[in-house]
Amino acid sequence: MYLLKLLWRNSFRHRLRTTLTIVGITIAILAFGMLRTFINAWYAGVDASSASRLVTRNAISLVFPLPISYKDRIRQVDGVKTVSYGSWFGGIYIDEKNFFPNFAVEIENYLKLYPEFVLPPEQLNAVVHDRKACVVGRKLAERFGWKIGDTIVLKGTIYPGDWEFVLRGIYRGKEQGTDETQMFFNWDYLNETMRKLVPRRADQVGFYMVGVADPSHAADVAAAIDKTFRNSLAETLTETEKAFQLGFISMTEAIIIAIQLVSFVVIIIIMAVVANTMAMTARERINEYAVFKTLGFRGCHIAGMVFGESLVISMTGCAIGVALTYPVARAFGTALSDYFPIFNVAPVTIAMDIGAALMVGIVAAIFPTWRAVTIRIADGLRRIG
Amino acid sequence: MAEPKPPIVRIRNLSKSYRRGSQVIPVLEDITFDIPDGEFLALMGPSGSGKSTLLNLLAGIDTADRGSIQVGGVEITELPEKELAGWRATHVGFIFQFYNLIPVLTAFENVELPLLLTHLSRRERQAHVETALRVVGLADRVEHYPSQLSGGQQQRVAIARALVTDPTILVADEPTGDLDRYSAEEILNLIDRLNREAGKTVIMVTHDPRAAEKAHTIRYLEKGILSDVSA
Repeated sequence: MYLLKLLWRNSFRHRLRTTLTIVGITIAILAFGMLRTFINAWYAGVDASSASRLVTRNAISLVFPLPISYKDRIRQVDGVKTVSYGSWFGGIYIDEKNFFPNFAVEIENYLKLYPEFVLPPEQLNAVVHDRKACVVGRKLAERFGWKIGDTIVLKGTIYPGDWEFVLRGIYRGKEQGTDETQMFFNWDYLNETMRKLVPRRADQVGFYMVGVADPSHAADVAAAIDKTFRNSLAETLTETEKAFQLGFISMTEAIIIAIQLVSFVVIIIIMAVVANTMAMTARERINEYAVFKTLGFRGCHIAGMVFGESLVISMTGCAIGVALTYPVARAFGTALSDYFPIFNVAPVTIAMDIGAALMVGIVAAIFPTWRAVTIRIADGLRRIG
Repeated sequence: MAEPKPPIVRIRNLSKSYRRGSQVIPVLEDITFDIPDGEFLALMGPSGSGKSTLLNLLAGIDTADRGSIQVGGVEITELPEKELAGWRATHVGFIFQFYNLIPVLTAFENVELPLLLTHLSRRERQAHVETALRVVGLADRVEHYPSQLSGGQQQRVAIARALVTDPTILVADEPTGDLDRYSAEEILNLIDRLNREAGKTVIMVTHDPRAAEKAHTIRYLEKGILSDVSA
């Protein structure tokens, strides 16, 4: 208790310097936490993917469609439990800045594949039986103030024209990481309209979502699906949902690496700042450390004082930084919800914050401790602090 | 005729030099003398004569090049650093010229500091600290920080800190060097009282002849050589 009191009082002996150092650590921890949360948000789709879901797409590129006739043949592959399909619609609601993901899907099986999208049974029934029906996530409905029964008009970009939908269902995420900002509508509505307007684009889907009976055989099932369509006009590429999502992420890998590097550079910079503070502190207190040694305190006691003081400063900054991370992340998440539907501070991010602050506190104290411990008492006493 | 007291400090052929670059500067040369138990010794000499170095050596905070120092029968030149730290904590009380109190600790906490290295309970430590502060006349200043005390009062806290472990010897390096005449007189009287009434062996380095007058014995150091007893 006595030593804790001494550490605390010593830490705030130079209030301005300590306060500025703590502010620096707070900002560094906040920046580190936000950058890590940003990276996590980038990978949210990957994290939310299921091992029991496969994605089958055109082997050439995702932009090339597959025939709807593949559905029954995929269904017949051993190990396949459920098949749904869909297309990226890319519609715009009023203005381009109102972006949200919207898909035309075979809705009944699609929702079976995604049990994390929780939709009341009566709403599901209404969606399935109304060709123009759509389902949106809770956050998306809140964002635009939509209610069940509202008519929503999207302007097609890939599929021309104005498309009218009736909101029949609002899903909730079962878990914190579930995306609640998407919109789904009946693929049949899209297909019938295309059959009338652009017949050559009818009966085609962008992807198949495949549910496997046993996730441990997912690789075999994927290989079997692709084998079924080998040497056809539209060969397929089937991969796990996670690999499919990672394929998107890999396109922006350089940005992610840059953000990761910046997050670590922030920690290295603050480590240098704290090391400077501790070096100044130790230099000023050499006389006191000599007095402590004179009184019988040993090197381990002196080391405890320097390390303790460094840790008090770094962990105080860390505590404030972590406390601020939550409201700042919430504000960021709200402001960037169009681009990052999932922007949550993960427990591992907080653990990394604490680990980084501990490392800063320890590394910053190494050189000052060495100086304080190794100085000869007679030399230390000659210095007037 | 009274039987002479046995020496509490025995110094034999003690030499110490400092190195400045390639130059070796001798500070103490072949010093041999004894300090009897209960003595009040003043070490005098010009600046750079080696008196503070000698004080540091016999208090175990510096190491000699050659020679032997026995304090209370313990050959301290042979003690490893860890044991030497423990020995200092229990056998030596230090009084510095600039008090060297810890500014973030109260008078009570400063005096308690050496007791943290003992096995005393909190209650026992409190009793020891209160006694030490009472002896130096600062029982009413326990919660004061050093910055709230005068120079003389700070030095009295430093003396209480030196006393609190009931050490074998008290060493004082210019204890009145930073004090006005009145405060200096108070501090010297206090040290003298500790020597006479509590029987503490006091070894004091001073430039001040008035301070030295309080001592039983005065020894002069000049160019590393210790002169005869002169008081």
